[in-house]
Amino acid sequence: MIIDWQHFTPWTSLAGGVLIGIAAAAYLLLNGRIAGISSILGAVVGFRKDEATLWRVLFLAGLILAPSAWLLAGALPEAGIAADYPQLVAAGLLVGLGTRYGSGCTSGHGVCGLSSLSLRSLVATLCFMGTGFATVYVVRHLVQAGA
Amino acid sequence: MKTALAAFFTGALFGIGLILSGMTNPAKVQGFLDLFGQWDPSLALVMGGAIIVGLFAFARGRRMQRSLLDLPMYALKKRHIDKRLVLGSLAFGVGWGLSGFCPGPAIVWLGTGDAKTAVFVLAMAGGMALFELLQPRAK
Repeated sequence: MIIDWQHFTPWTSLAGGVLIGIAAAAYLLLNGRIAGISSILGAVVGFRKDEATLWRVLFLAGLILAPSAWLLAGALPEAGIAADYPQLVAAGLLVGLGTRYGSGCTSGHGVCGLSSLSLRSLVATLCFMGTGFATVYVVRHLVQAGA
Repeated sequence: MKTALAAFFTGALFGIGLILSGMTNPAKVQGFLDLFGQWDPSLALVMGGAIIVGLFAFARGRRMQRSLLDLPMYALKKRHIDKRLVLGSLAFGVGWGLSGFCPGPAIVWLGTGDAKTAVFVLAMAGGMALFELLQPRAK
């Protein structure tokens, strides 16, 4: 392992994390709900109707409008997407199916679940981190290095 | 009305946090997942920062009967660790590593109008719709 000091952004990443934590805390303490994005989107995709339907739609609207809000203050940071279209489709399907079968993603299990000291979420987080590490290893060091 | 505003503004704050943290940049996410190459540890600090705040909030939330806006506290019923949880999470990790996107940052970046992100989000929604078809009563 070699630390990539050039791209390491400890302060903005920590500050961003704190904002994410405050948002998850607010959603829990105000609305009484878990800010798990895959569960929120999954319920919207499944047209689930209950007392939280409107909140889910508005929470997602807030996420989508975040870049516009950011632009009021300054330029957006760049985003590099190395995957091609077929890879993005495959990855999207895996993320969609996987997070629903696994009942959560980075926000639901990784942030909210770990914050509530859930063993179930710890197991889920270790699983997706594990295959995440393995997949990037294969893509960057076996496939690209061999190509 | 208050609850609707709370949902909207917490979503927006969550999104701004994701942008500031660097998680909306798939290259950076893959840099974090590249443990065996040039490793960028930034995202460990994102999770750390979020969890430090979250620990207090969830400890507080556990002791509340009603939320601050007088709503029932949504209790997580699922406690067990089963094959679905493990296999689903393993599959999610493969998609996460392949694209550098997880659900939250992808939805945020959709707001920039980026075509590649839109394709990912459509496929992700498709995967979720497939789940609903295959598991009609799994909520």
